[in-house]
Amino acid sequence: MLSVRDLTVRFGDTVAVADVDLDVGAGEVVCVLGPSGCGKSTLLRTIAGLERPAAGEVVLDGRDLAGVRPDQRGLGMMFQDGALFPHRDVAGNVAFGLRMRGWPRADLGRRVAEVLELVGLPGLGDRNVATLSGGEQQRVALARAIAPEPRLLMLDEPLGSLDRGLRDRLIGELRELFARLGSTVLYVTHDQDEALALADRVVVMRAGEVVQVAAPDLLWRRPATAFVARFLGQRNLVAAHVRDGRATTVLGDVPSTRDDVAGAAEVLFLPDALRLAGDGHAGRVVSRRFAGDHVVVTVELDDGPTLDVACWGGGAPVVGEDVHLAVDPTATWVVPAG
Amino acid sequence: MDLDGAALTVTAGRRSSATLLLAALPITFIGVLFLYPVATIVWTGLAPDGRLDLSPVLRVVSDPAILRVVWFTVWQATVSTVLTLLLGLPAAYVVARLDFPGRKLLRAAVTVPFVLPTVVVASAFLSLLGPRSPLNDLAVRIAGEGAPQLSLHHTVWAILLAHVFFNYAVVVRTVGGLWAHLDPRTEEAAQVLGAGRVRTFLEVTLPALRPAISAAAAIVFLFTFTSFGVVLILGGPRLATIEVEIHRFTAQLLDLPTASALALVQLLFVVGALVVYGRLQRRGPSRQRLRSAADVARPPRGARQRAFLAANLIVMLVLLALPLAVLVERSLATGSGYGLDLYRTLGESRRASILAVSPWEAVRNSVVFGTVATVVAVTVGGAAAWVVTRSRGVAARLLDGVLMLPLGISAVTVGFGFLISLDRPPLDLRASPLLVPLAQAVVATPFVVRILVPVLGAVDERLREAAAVMGARPRQVWREIDLPIVGRALLVAAGFAFAISVGEFGATVFIARANLPTLPIAIFRLLGQPGAVNFGQAMAMSTILMVLTATVITAIERVRVGTVGEF
Repeated sequence: MLSVRDLTVRFGDTVAVADVDLDVGAGEVVCVLGPSGCGKSTLLRTIAGLERPAAGEVVLDGRDLAGVRPDQRGLGMMFQDGALFPHRDVAGNVAFGLRMRGWPRADLGRRVAEVLELVGLPGLGDRNVATLSGGEQQRVALARAIAPEPRLLMLDEPLGSLDRGLRDRLIGELRELFARLGSTVLYVTHDQDEALALADRVVVMRAGEVVQVAAPDLLWRRPATAFVARFLGQRNLVAAHVRDGRATTVLGDVPSTRDDVAGAAEVLFLPDALRLAGDGHAGRVVSRRFAGDHVVVTVELDDGPTLDVACWGGGAPVVGEDVHLAVDPTATWVVPAG
Repeated sequence: MDLDGAALTVTAGRRSSATLLLAALPITFIGVLFLYPVATIVWTGLAPDGRLDLSPVLRVVSDPAILRVVWFTVWQATVSTVLTLLLGLPAAYVVARLDFPGRKLLRAAVTVPFVLPTVVVASAFLSLLGPRSPLNDLAVRIAGEGAPQLSLHHTVWAILLAHVFFNYAVVVRTVGGLWAHLDPRTEEAAQVLGAGRVRTFLEVTLPALRPAISAAAAIVFLFTFTSFGVVLILGGPRLATIEVEIHRFTAQLLDLPTASALALVQLLFVVGALVVYGRLQRRGPSRQRLRSAADVARPPRGARQRAFLAANLIVMLVLLALPLAVLVERSLATGSGYGLDLYRTLGESRRASILAVSPWEAVRNSVVFGTVATVVAVTVGGAAAWVVTRSRGVAARLLDGVLMLPLGISAVTVGFGFLISLDRPPLDLRASPLLVPLAQAVVATPFVVRILVPVLGAVDERLREAAAVMGARPRQVWREIDLPIVGRALLVAAGFAFAISVGEFGATVFIARANLPTLPIAIFRLLGQPGAVNFGQAMAMSTILMVLTATVITAIERVRVGTVGEF
């Protein structure tokens, strides 16, 4: 449905987006994930027609959008921090896109009420947007974006400024909403939890380039690079040397299935690859963090690396205790060094 | 993301031709009605007979009488500035940091003197400090006929006091505005780190305020340097600034070459001061954590703070309220008591009067001229503000700077320039009734631009983007987003432009036709005549002008939201 080819955006000498390819199928939810400044917002703004690409094309439903003004693209976009119109009340904000798209005046009220209901703000149409809480403002911004039923709904860090609890709740609501509406969604965020929770596919960007495109579980288990693994919150990466399909680390050899990695590399030990055991690699607990239903202990191995290990059930060791680590070499993944 | 700042949006590119068209309006306006007259002044000063002849300029700058005038101009401006800062800075603190009943009202009231017409201010101080002061009546009543009489008019004291009265608001609003938004937690941090109250003020607060203080000082210096009406009326025959001399050489001696040479000297001084001001401004924009004013102000704590507040309120009362109160009192005094007798006489066209028309007609002229000037100033200033905020080029910044020039370079220059440049083809406007409104519009336009630019600039680009993505065409974006947000600011700008035009004196006095005097001109002429009735009528008309201006300004204060439109 949306197809972006070789897209490059420059600001002066800075390349904000470099040769990016991206596809979003109808009804698909795609998240663009990356640290701030990686070009993900620029990518979104370029698709919306708010930035002009230096090269490449944006094709929507088979139509090349080059030279098409933002208002003629028929997209929906939710801006960072909402960008609500301060001079209009909630209903005025939500109805805006409908009016611009020429909805008959008589239908506005019904549609606004419907959408406000959908985002969980029934009856707040006549409220001044400045009096709303942060979470309510985000809901209004969302309602405003989805009201005209855009072909493609784009969201730019929609939950960026909210506190964690509210964000977790809204992530759940968003997922439900996307499923119910069957919307095609392009979602930009720097938060891996958001991306993993919402996306059918995740596009990881770094310094203007796409590093990896994959479904969340694959991204988690099979990151393309050490950057992707670390950005997703993986902690246990150990230096390795790869030769003949085997990666050698201080924790022993693990199989390497990648043809593209040889020589210096890193091995990702997934959380289920490591557990405390009666014997194995010796080390000492250097810190201990309570995480609700489990405890994470950081173990400094005698052989060098420091690893996080999850302990379920009671009886997690305390700081200073000597422990042993058992390693499952199949729950690992080799990535190029870096 | 900072990358966005450098972005050239697709829509912006499309808009550029329309922007260019819009830019033509202010450029033509300022070119024909300001730059051309100023160029004529320069040309007349340097080449009075059509070829380069520096002798008038050299004669002017070597004439000891004129050098005394130049010296006096600089001296009184410096002293006025220092006095204004001394009295205004404590008040800035009071308004910014102390919360007390009536604080909002006080903030608005302090602004009133700044927007009062110079003629009203001069009349007020004349009524308070001149020979007809009620203080003198009082003295006679107490001590008999031989009582000592106060008469400070025609002394420098009257001028200095009037200047402080006028510019107090500049310091209070400029410095107080920043002070109210300074994050008090930086001061608290300094105190927690061991700095006493004085050290905290000197090392944390003062450096943070310095941009505002130097800006305020520069503005006050500029305003008092180019002070015209106050000095003309209160200074008498001996005390004159350069501007007053320009007027004297033009109106009394009909010596245009010398007047032009003087205007040239004045221009050099003012442009120099503006350059210094620009430097200060550019060095200044420190990025500080600013907060909204509401959570910074606290009720005064302890006897010391309450005494400080009381002292400031007394200063304001004596300095700001008393002169205006006496002005009103004098306009109501009938000799035997109080009444509206003086106002009743305003409708008559007295044969003995210096005025060719009845005073009421002057009121009408003022309102008509002021309305026309407001329409022109808002149209031109609105177009300019739009162009300045929407284009980032050097040209836009240049336009912004040039539009400010009439404000800095003084109304007298505008009026004198009109007089000597628009009197011959291709632009012979001498007979045009538009002459006065156009001059007033030139004076008012900088204010309009200054009020609109921050508001237009503050319209978040993302709101426009959001509207565009939702299907709003560029013109719809303007109608749906910019216009509603800017609407209030437009009202504020129009009110200001009207207040300024109605009270305009420096430019109008050069070009007003004898049979079409405005209020300030009529007041000035009446004050120049002897006799109790002339004086009384001048007081009555000053009161009318004051009420007219104050009403408009109060209305503006109501429309204003937050700090929108503050300058």
